[in-house]
Amino acid sequence: MAILEVSGLKVYFHTRNGVIKAVDDVSFSVDSGETLAIVGESGSGKSVTCYSLLDLLPKPPAKIEGGTALFAGKDLLTCSSDEMRHHRCNDIAVIFQDPMTSLNPFLTIGEQLIEPLIYHPDKNQIQTRGEAKKKAVALLDEVGIIDSQARFDCYPHEFSGGMRQRVMIAMALITEPKLLICDEPTTALDVTIQAQILKLIKKLQETRNVAVIFISHDLGVVAGIADKVLVMCDGTIRETGGTDDIFYRTQNDYTRKLLAAIPEGPKTLPNRAKSDEPLIEVTHLKTYFRNQLNSNNSEENRFVKAVDNVSLEIARGEILGLVGESGSGKSTLGRSILQLAPTTGGSVKFSGQTLTGLNAKQLVPWRRKMQMIFQDPYASLNPRMTVFETLSEPLLYHGIATKKNIARHVRQLMDDVGLSQAQLRKYPHEFSGGQRQRIAIGRAIATKPELIIADEPVSALDVTIQAQILDLILELVERHNLTMMFISHDLSVVRYISDRVMIMNRGVIIEHGDTETLWASPKQRYTKELLAAIPLADPAAERKRIASI
Amino acid sequence: MADAIEGHGSSLWKDAWIKLSKNRLALFGLAVLIMLILTSLLTPLIAPYGYETQNLDMGATAPSLLHWLGTDIFGRDMLTRIMYGGRVSLMVGFIATAVALVIGILWGAIAGFFGGRLDAVMMRIVDVLYALPFMIFIILLMVVFGRNILLLFLAIGAVEWLTMARIVRSQVMALRNQEFVEAANSLGLSQWTIIRRHIIPNTLGPVIVYTTLTIPSVMLLEAFLSFLGLGIQPPESSWGLLINYGVETMEEFPWLLIFPGIALSLTLFALNFLGDGLRDALDPRTSKD
Repeated sequence: MAILEVSGLKVYFHTRNGVIKAVDDVSFSVDSGETLAIVGESGSGKSVTCYSLLDLLPKPPAKIEGGTALFAGKDLLTCSSDEMRHHRCNDIAVIFQDPMTSLNPFLTIGEQLIEPLIYHPDKNQIQTRGEAKKKAVALLDEVGIIDSQARFDCYPHEFSGGMRQRVMIAMALITEPKLLICDEPTTALDVTIQAQILKLIKKLQETRNVAVIFISHDLGVVAGIADKVLVMCDGTIRETGGTDDIFYRTQNDYTRKLLAAIPEGPKTLPNRAKSDEPLIEVTHLKTYFRNQLNSNNSEENRFVKAVDNVSLEIARGEILGLVGESGSGKSTLGRSILQLAPTTGGSVKFSGQTLTGLNAKQLVPWRRKMQMIFQDPYASLNPRMTVFETLSEPLLYHGIATKKNIARHVRQLMDDVGLSQAQLRKYPHEFSGGQRQRIAIGRAIATKPELIIADEPVSALDVTIQAQILDLILELVERHNLTMMFISHDLSVVRYISDRVMIMNRGVIIEHGDTETLWASPKQRYTKELLAAIPLADPAAERKRIASI
Repeated sequence: MADAIEGHGSSLWKDAWIKLSKNRLALFGLAVLIMLILTSLLTPLIAPYGYETQNLDMGATAPSLLHWLGTDIFGRDMLTRIMYGGRVSLMVGFIATAVALVIGILWGAIAGFFGGRLDAVMMRIVDVLYALPFMIFIILLMVVFGRNILLLFLAIGAVEWLTMARIVRSQVMALRNQEFVEAANSLGLSQWTIIRRHIIPNTLGPVIVYTTLTIPSVMLLEAFLSFLGLGIQPPESSWGLLINYGVETMEEFPWLLIFPGIALSLTLFALNFLGDGLRDALDPRTSKD
């Protein structure tokens, strides 16, 4: 018998602007030892589905309108809050997306781990501190925390992102749940760490025979870990079935669209670099930050070397991909080239003119020629400026348009990035993530720049939107003769878009080459690891890949 | 929509006004405030009596047709005194708060935006001024410059801007690392343009709320100073002062407390309604309709 059986679940949000059907008639079941993946884009209702099972939704505005969720024969949707507490403490555990915010920074991880044991609501099950600690340390060992006895008393900030996610998994498992809900558990992690965490979840599931509900937007990840897949869109089920059925014998159009949107496989576009004439020459560039955590360190450790002695050239018209994991210094390198971060040494030349050492005023005419696209379309637009104002600011400031003809220029930009002109008066919050990124791109191309540095421009977007934005970028690069540096942690996206790729690690460029050459024969060990860690949206291949790690 | 096509687009302030004009409570607040201000301006023309006129035979009479709001123990007409008092109270409230607003926002925005050593120096100055005992500060000012109502505004404003500066600074520090500020930087906008266009408009929410709280507290501060003999003196009056005297005679002559109290409360309500309305109106994320 299935451990969890959900049928006809309906969750509606009653807002001022009407009723939103977040989850509409969703049914599924999970067995012990089985993994069900719920796949969907943002707003599809995949998280709401799971949170409603644990009564974790804000009510109001959320309201459960119908359905049942039988957990070992008992309905979770109608049980009292005491029973729900009992379930949360004993049977069902959740791992959240962001390991940075889901641990309390003021308590040691040990304290947080044993909390559910020593403050158990059921008096008979309360354990002593000693027992609980013994159990917690053993579990930390199991999830791969080295030197667990000593790490027990560390605070969350002393762990890296991947380690924190391991701690979160230990926290979820300490009550020995029968059902584990993972809400995008690896989305905030680097690919190499993601691979380790996925493997850990899989292993723990096998040894403990728990049922897992795995919420994800990433079909590559799902292909490797899931037994069954549920595809959701707009609160409804689009397709459900075994993993192989979903991937190899796709029935539904939406699923097909999702699968088609994944950038995968070798680069198909021709190389774009038109000449060998470099637009950007970077020589021995260094950007150091003062190390603020331990100021009385030795000379060696006083600085964080975000960019350490990097030299590179970008030819006119080419798209250079810059790949690295978090903390590799790739964003700082981009900002240093644009003179947005203060450089410590070396030089940056823009079509022959040295930019390093110019003051803010001298830089203004050059700023016009190089622009940036940012990662987070929610943070990169001023929330109190309409689209019209946002787009007209660079045009007016650089004297490209006058007050008289500004409207024509702005409308032209809206057309360029594929937005309707009727939306000019709207504010950023009235747009979706993809549309906002279009506005940000419009702002970047407004000054008719020659160079654009795009810092993870599609990382915050859903796959289908991601594909559209990538195509928009390619189209604009073509039409406006742009040169681009494309910074990303996502190797598949970089492979799709770039002519040449550089791999960055700890502030240093460790390998570079033409995209396909690099993919075919990576030389450095780190590059090989990175390439091996990419999840593939092909269940058979993905299972083989995970097994080989 | 025609606007946008014509090319003027819309701006935060225009949209804010449209939204505000749909908010009945806020409009009511605005109307009450305008009425109070107009009354204060016209007081010398429309007040029924002179503010010094005493009529000792009519000492402390209850409201009547002759004296709508009664008289105080010296037989001065309360309506007249409240009208004259309103001139002082509103002036203190608005001018001192405006002083605090301007200095506080600029100081906080500059310190927070540039950070580093400049921030450290500017905020230490704020700390020193915070630490200075307020009473001693005011008394010193009074001793040096003599008693002067303008000085009262300055003195109160000089104290109230400190908190404003701190609020704005913390807001700005959170804002300055936002990507839209970096985007503005990469467009080559000058620092001042960035502060003016991108930073300050995004700090308005808490600033407006704090302002609506500051105005009444400034009015009461004036009453406190006047009570100590440092502000204005009878026969001139202010609402705070009237309330203070009203409290002393509350049991025998309640109208001496009630009417100035009503005047002050009315102002507070109006300010709060308007403040809430403004805060919502200036935040595009609250819906337009």
